[in-house]
Amino acid sequence: MTAVENSTKVTLGGTRGGPDVATLRTDRWWLQPVVTMSILISFVIYSTWAAFQNKNYYVGAALQRDLISPFYSPCLSANCTPGSSSLFAIHGWTWSPALLILLFPLGFRMTCYYYRRSYYRAFWWAPPACGVADAHGTYTGETRFPLIIQNVHRYFFYAGLVFNGLLTYDAFRAYHQPGLGWGVTIGSLVLTLNATLLWLYSLSCHACRHLCGGQVKSFSQHPIRHRLWKFLTPLNAKHMNFAWASLFVVALTDVYVRLVASGAIHDIRLF
Amino acid sequence: MSTVTMRVWRGDANGGDFQQFELEKNEGEVVLDVIHRIQATEAPDLACRWNCKAGKCGSCAVEINGKPRLMCMTRLDTLPEGAITVTPMRTFPIIRDLVTDVSFNYAMAERVPALLPPEMPEGGYRMFQEDVERGQEFRKCIECFMCQDVCHVIRDHEENKVNYAGPRFFIRYAELEMHPLDTNDRRDLVREEMGLGYCNITKCCTEVCPEHIHITDNAIIPLKERVVDAHYDPIAWLGRSIRRKTKRSAAEAAVQPAP
Amino acid sequence: MTTNYEHHEYDVLIIGAGGAGLRAAIEAKQRGLKVGIITKSLLGKAHTVMAEGGMAAAMGNVYPEDNWKVHFRDTMRGGKYLNNYRMAELHAKEAPQRVWELEQWGALFDRTKDGKILQRDFGGHRYARLAHVGDRTGLELIRTLQQKVVSMGTDVFMECKVLQLVHDASGRVAGCVAYWRANGEFVTFSAKAVILATGGAGKSWKFTSNSWEGTGDGHAMALWAGAKLIDMECIQFHPTGMVWPLSVRGLLVTEGVRGDGGVLRNSNGERFMFNYVADMFRAETADSEAEADRWYDDHAAGRRPPELLPRDEVARAINAEVKAGRGSPHGGVFLDIGSRRTPEFIRRRLPSMYHQFMELAGVDITKEAMEIGPTCHYIMGGVQVDAETAATAVAGLFAAGEVAGGMHGANRLGGNSLSDLIVFGKRAGEGAADYVEGFQGSSDLDRAEVESAIAEALAPFERESGENPYDIQRDLQEMMQANVGIIRTGAELEFANAELDKFAERVANIKVSGGRAYNPGWNLATDLPSMITVSRTTTRGALERKESRGGHTRDDFPKTDAEFGTFNFAHQMTQGGTWQSSITTERSTLLELPAELKAILEEAN
Ligand SMILES: Cc1cc2nc3c(=O)[nH]c(=O)nc-3n(C[C@H](O)[C@H](O)[C@H](O)COP(=O)(O)OP(=O)(O)OC[C@H]3O[C@@H](n4cnc5c(N)ncnc54)[C@H](O)[C@@H]3O)c2cc1C
Ligand code: SF4
Ligand code: SF4
Ligand code: FES
Ligand code: FES
Repeated sequence: MTAVENSTKVTLGGTRGGPDVATLRTDRWWLQPVVTMSILISFVIYSTWAAFQNKNYYVGAALQRDLISPFYSPCLSANCTPGSSSLFAIHGWTWSPALLILLFPLGFRMTCYYYRRSYYRAFWWAPPACGVADAHGTYTGETRFPLIIQNVHRYFFYAGLVFNGLLTYDAFRAYHQPGLGWGVTIGSLVLTLNATLLWLYSLSCHACRHLCGGQVKSFSQHPIRHRLWKFLTPLNAKHMNFAWASLFVVALTDVYVRLVASGAIHDIRLF
Repeated sequence: MSTVTMRVWRGDANGGDFQQFELEKNEGEVVLDVIHRIQATEAPDLACRWNCKAGKCGSCAVEINGKPRLMCMTRLDTLPEGAITVTPMRTFPIIRDLVTDVSFNYAMAERVPALLPPEMPEGGYRMFQEDVERGQEFRKCIECFMCQDVCHVIRDHEENKVNYAGPRFFIRYAELEMHPLDTNDRRDLVREEMGLGYCNITKCCTEVCPEHIHITDNAIIPLKERVVDAHYDPIAWLGRSIRRKTKRSAAEAAVQPAP
Repeated sequence: MTTNYEHHEYDVLIIGAGGAGLRAAIEAKQRGLKVGIITKSLLGKAHTVMAEGGMAAAMGNVYPEDNWKVHFRDTMRGGKYLNNYRMAELHAKEAPQRVWELEQWGALFDRTKDGKILQRDFGGHRYARLAHVGDRTGLELIRTLQQKVVSMGTDVFMECKVLQLVHDASGRVAGCVAYWRANGEFVTFSAKAVILATGGAGKSWKFTSNSWEGTGDGHAMALWAGAKLIDMECIQFHPTGMVWPLSVRGLLVTEGVRGDGGVLRNSNGERFMFNYVADMFRAETADSEAEADRWYDDHAAGRRPPELLPRDEVARAINAEVKAGRGSPHGGVFLDIGSRRTPEFIRRRLPSMYHQFMELAGVDITKEAMEIGPTCHYIMGGVQVDAETAATAVAGLFAAGEVAGGMHGANRLGGNSLSDLIVFGKRAGEGAADYVEGFQGSSDLDRAEVESAIAEALAPFERESGENPYDIQRDLQEMMQANVGIIRTGAELEFANAELDKFAERVANIKVSGGRAYNPGWNLATDLPSMITVSRTTTRGALERKESRGGHTRDDFPKTDAEFGTFNFAHQMTQGGTWQSSITTERSTLLELPAELKAILEEAN
């Protein structure tokens, strides 16, 4: 019976109640996974396409602007569009520079706790929604290779910080228009918005919250880390929003730079 | 007077089926009121659990329209039109009607290594509000076990029950790991035997918790990060072995004797 | 015929897994004894989990001038001096240590600025004295004790309902007979000592804060087994229960609302409690709203608001306002904190009240007033015990917690129950352990008692026809609410007394349908004898006590009578009685207070 005797064993295989159906939910539980899946697939298609373009990622002095697409920054290939290279060049690499660097943001997002939740639900259907049977016969979660790699998320977080620094620098540079001097253009605002959202996304990261303060047992012994943690906690609660917003805006920034670089639109100077 | 149609699953280990009841509906009623009315009239042997009728004891957890809910806190007027389906929690073996055998949870509770505080000073320990707040969130848990019920790791994979503590006990481990007085280290245990790695942070536990505990964000993910500290992060590991001595004494210093 | 039932043997057997039972188990277990706990619901669901406001202990963390003497005095005054003084004294002295101990086992109370346990104000307590965690203190208490008990490896029998205590040949209590809810099978327990910790009995009334468990099984079983029940007429009607919607009528609204600044108003918007201050409390109660409001921030700046008088006073006042036609739309009065404190404060201090009203009544208490009225909450009466050891008059039987009587006298102060549980739970564990260590002989259960208890339990299945137990329960609750409620009269009590005999006949003629496995109808049928027994002793006591005192108010004897303040009414059955045996009621003289304690009571007056 239900006597809790010393070191009770878990007995498996009891008969379960209720009808044997995948779910009794009658609401539109499938909507969320479908929406998530559509957005993520669109993003992947677009970014792959953009990464292989290897052109139109930089608006330079010719158009009196200094705008670089976040997909291509820092430009490390040997044949960067003139003016776009800011660090060093990898000798002999003539493929798209995006292929060199996209791995990092991709890894960061792939191992992000929030994105994991989303794609496990939307793509892997484990589970598709709460109270809906998951689609697999066996399940080992994140205990085995390859998913055990998710545990390195904090290294991608560190890398993310480096990229945030570079993109912030890019945004800063966008305020200086070659030949015109300092000024504000739509492009500079777009790059700034992009950098800001990426910072918010990184700062609200769970690994960040843990490393900055969550780690400690006693906050009263670590007042500064406690203050940091208290500052990050409300941001962390919005991590989902930042994750989506920064994803959209990164793509949007690339689109914008691409359109200006290709001459399709003109980057308006506001003042 | 409007009416409500209840489809209640009735049966035991030998099988069962839905039984339908039509009842009148009164203002402000919750699902448990209707179930009680069925007991008092048509089906005096309809089995269900309840105690407080105020969302405080966590006894009355069932699945309403396919989602884990407390019967005593689910008002009829918040449910969509149409018949209301009430079934027992799916993850645990059935006893009868809406009552399941939740002993799995009590077995997991037994495996939790207790708090290991230093000797208590005269006049009690000193702890500060900021020290206890994180743990207090987890101690709101009323042990309804709905998070355990909804967690697909065991809901859909019976075999995992042997080494999976489940969200209710992940918050317990998190509470102890964040306890300012605790000197135990349970990180190996949660990784190796309690199956923390099985959780894929899909957050259904958080979605159903009647106490609105942020199970995933505030307990499971911080626990996962602690396991990373101990196992997957060479830098943290190195730093810790250098600082080991100082850390231990910091834990001891957390307890200042009262003046 | 002898049937073999599942059987278990223990040194100490504890019936009840609320705060008292669990605390007793820890104590007995620490002495190295074999301990078993039985509970009729799951572990962690007992009434204790519902307690909200806090646990009283004179730790002096907020007001250093607080100490055990003040707490003792408050308890005795609240109890209208009907208390067992020794229990009140031990309780006041030991509560702080018991509370600190909880932190060793993992409890996390709210803190003061300097890192001590924060204490809050409650009715009848002179200083802010209640250790608490928001408004879920009972949850913290039961979870802490439960986790401790589990970590010690104690056997817990869950959803196992005890039907009756069983004696051995020598006439001592040696065990009990119970049945498993899950499959309806019977099980017997024998033990060297049995501790009753079965909690309260409010389920005999229609509007109550108690759950289905509060049927007074322990009270009844003790009486049947030969122990004495005292003060059964003293029932606490908590002033603030929800009144609307009907489905939640009776649900508790914690006194913490008033402790944190909430006030009572009638339909004219008047703070009527100022009109109901009894002479006994006049000297220390504010006489203007301004004075009362100053008090919340600094107890030296004014006297206490009348909303924080002991519960019996407040409940009677609300009753009078409603009778005078100044009630709220659904027959209560208004409890208002929304206009007096900020929404953030309310949500932080009273999270589950906020939640409860929002979800169940659709009322936002940070904006609107709550509608509240008295609800049957706590029974001061219980098994008469020895203060030091919790031993009852029957050898081998101990009692602690709400099922024990004496500690609270005629009226319990808020917060004094949770501390009662841990103080006397521990003492019961010790008392039983001492008894077990000195005990020689065996515990052979009287088979005839076992068989008759089982036959009685099964009878409702065998009857060809009979009544539905739910109907009897409903009628009983209505009858008790109407005739043995807050305000009583001789005629109504006589009527109730006669009615109860009829109810007993109806109970003897119940028919249950369905099988034995998890059958709530059958379970209710086994509860009804306890409910009748409790109702009978309450009604008897109320008839006999021809005065008004604490949780007992007679319309025909509205004054407190000093002579009645010198004894309790004690009820007893001949040993080995059945639930239908006759009950004798006698006066049991109160213990004389030693001079130094008398001095404490007088000095502060
Ligand atoms: C809503 C509410 C709020 C409260 N708030 C406060 C507060 O703020 N402060 C305060 O001090 N007090 C408060 N109280 C009072 C206090 O909670 C109770 O008096 C106290 O918890 C009783 O504890 P106990 O251990 O005696 O019994 P309980 O906690 O009632 O436990 C009784 C146990 O006995 C078991 N049992 C009973 N009969 C049988 C049987 N036949 N067979 C097997 N097992 C049985 C039950 O299953 C249960 O485990 C409140 C009470 C209620 C209802
Ligand atoms: S987040 Fe983890 S623990 Fe919670 S339901 Fe999902 S898998 Fe289970
Ligand atoms: S964590 Fe929430 S859902 Fe899980 S058992 Fe506790 S209260 Fe229930
Ligand atoms: S970036 Fe999402 S959790 Fe770290
Ligand atoms: S009955 Fe207690 S939570 Fe529903």
